[in-house]
Amino acid sequence: MALKDITLGQYFPGNTPIHRLDPRTKLLCTILYIIALFSAKGGAAYVVLFAVLCACVAVSKIRPKVILRGMRPILFIIVLTAVLNIFYTPGDPIWQWKFLKITVEGLWAAFFMVLRISFLITGTFLLTYTTSPIMLTDGLEKLLGPLKKVRVPVHELSMMMSIALRFIPTLIEETDKIMSAQKARGADFDTGNLFQKARALVPLLVPLFISAFRRADELATAMECRCYHGGEGRTRLRQLRYRGSDIAALLGGCALVAVVAVLRTLGI
Amino acid sequence: MDAIIQTEKLSHIYSTGTPFEHAALEEVDFAAYRGEYLGIIGRTGSGKSTLIQHLNGLLKPTSGKVLFEGKDIWETKERTHQTRFQVGLVFQYPEYQLFEETVYKDIAFGPRNMKLDEGEVDRRVRAAAAFVGLSGEVLEKSPFELSGGQKRRVAIAGVIAMEPAVLILDEPTAGLDPVGVESILGNIRDYHRAKNATILLVSHSMEEVARSVDRLVVVSKGRIPFSGAPREVFAHGDELEAMGLGVPQVTRVFHRLRAMGVDIDPSVYTIDQARAAVRDYLAGKGAV
Repeated sequence: MALKDITLGQYFPGNTPIHRLDPRTKLLCTILYIIALFSAKGGAAYVVLFAVLCACVAVSKIRPKVILRGMRPILFIIVLTAVLNIFYTPGDPIWQWKFLKITVEGLWAAFFMVLRISFLITGTFLLTYTTSPIMLTDGLEKLLGPLKKVRVPVHELSMMMSIALRFIPTLIEETDKIMSAQKARGADFDTGNLFQKARALVPLLVPLFISAFRRADELATAMECRCYHGGEGRTRLRQLRYRGSDIAALLGGCALVAVVAVLRTLGI
Repeated sequence: MDAIIQTEKLSHIYSTGTPFEHAALEEVDFAAYRGEYLGIIGRTGSGKSTLIQHLNGLLKPTSGKVLFEGKDIWETKERTHQTRFQVGLVFQYPEYQLFEETVYKDIAFGPRNMKLDEGEVDRRVRAAAAFVGLSGEVLEKSPFELSGGQKRRVAIAGVIAMEPAVLILDEPTAGLDPVGVESILGNIRDYHRAKNATILLVSHSMEEVARSVDRLVVVSKGRIPFSGAPREVFAHGDELEAMGLGVPQVTRVFHRLRAMGVDIDPSVYTIDQARAAVRDYLAGKGAV
């Protein structure tokens, strides 16, 4: 097991039109895409959604292999949903064995559900693959800015999020290192029953927690040394600004929702 | 001489299939001989850490082989596991891997994983503690109460307690004060002599390795451009400089002297050798 191979939520630097979009645009477009995805009904809408997704992946230059690998951890959920849909949708049975029956409706429902989940995941992967975590939280903070008026601590929340995101790779690296060090002393993390496996984690978790607390302490000191005192009056190094391409992307997102809605009412 | 551990055309590529893909090692042929004290030097990112993690089976080669006592360590799962005990690896800043309630238990972690009986575990823990200069009362303390230097000793003892035939240490003196550096290097030399063990000392400090080792291996950009006795390796002063490594200061001084026209042997790398060389030179001139 190599922890470094986990790609969930990992950023792949690049300089494609999608990478260059404002993070707010990408967040909004992802939301629009999800809305379109969940209001889609019928084959034609899925074809449109699939085409849009493929186009975005192609433009972003993310290799399809990378996306497929990222899907592996959730394969179980996809398969489970498919199985549940196949057996539990009422309708015309085409196959029956005791209490188990498969219906035509069930097969279709399972097929579309699998498509829906895979599209959903690919879409959100595209967001995190093309947007650095810092940009993402900056965008989120800006988008949620109005909530500050009703006393939601938006800045604090987004600072917590960026710190958490910032430390995920560090902690993964640290875990990898401690794991290697304990393996070098003969620790075995892969074999044994559940209880033995849980016990085997102690030599990994204790040093990991200690180092996480140490890092948190050091970071707090470093922030205080630079006079950090919260969001009030704090200016940014990178100013977010909408450009022409952002407006085009947002219009595209709205158009997608409209197309799907029209297809739904037409019943194609 | 027979090699205790060696690699054959060992290559390792990180993050294959992603934009971060890069080769850390390229067809490296490396060998360490029984009972030798070997230095491995290279800059950060040269591939030296990747190399040593292959030697005890923590990393699996992308291609090529790692042989311990002539046999492939990846032959069976059991063999890989056993190799970890035969080839002890002390990581950089090993004090961050301590986890037990007492120093004794932490040092005993390795030997217990070897499934030794309690008597043997106890003997090894005490012997290892003695090697690194930890007193009996420290054994009952929590490792987290100790000073940085003492934690480092505990972590090194944790690997020595497995009594490996090959002991690899990655920058064991990083971040220690000069007294701490001397004493850790002394402990390693003691283990080398007492067990006739093969020692691999990874470092980027030329002074440090030059004093201790019998042979030097230089790692640069995933390859091994030179290896040999320190004297031979330091003769490549300019190339080493180009790799960002340099030679010991005293060697540099002697090279400069020679360039200035002084007829002196420039292949020195310790202060003692320098003193002898200067004395010879002066004697040659009839000054002493």
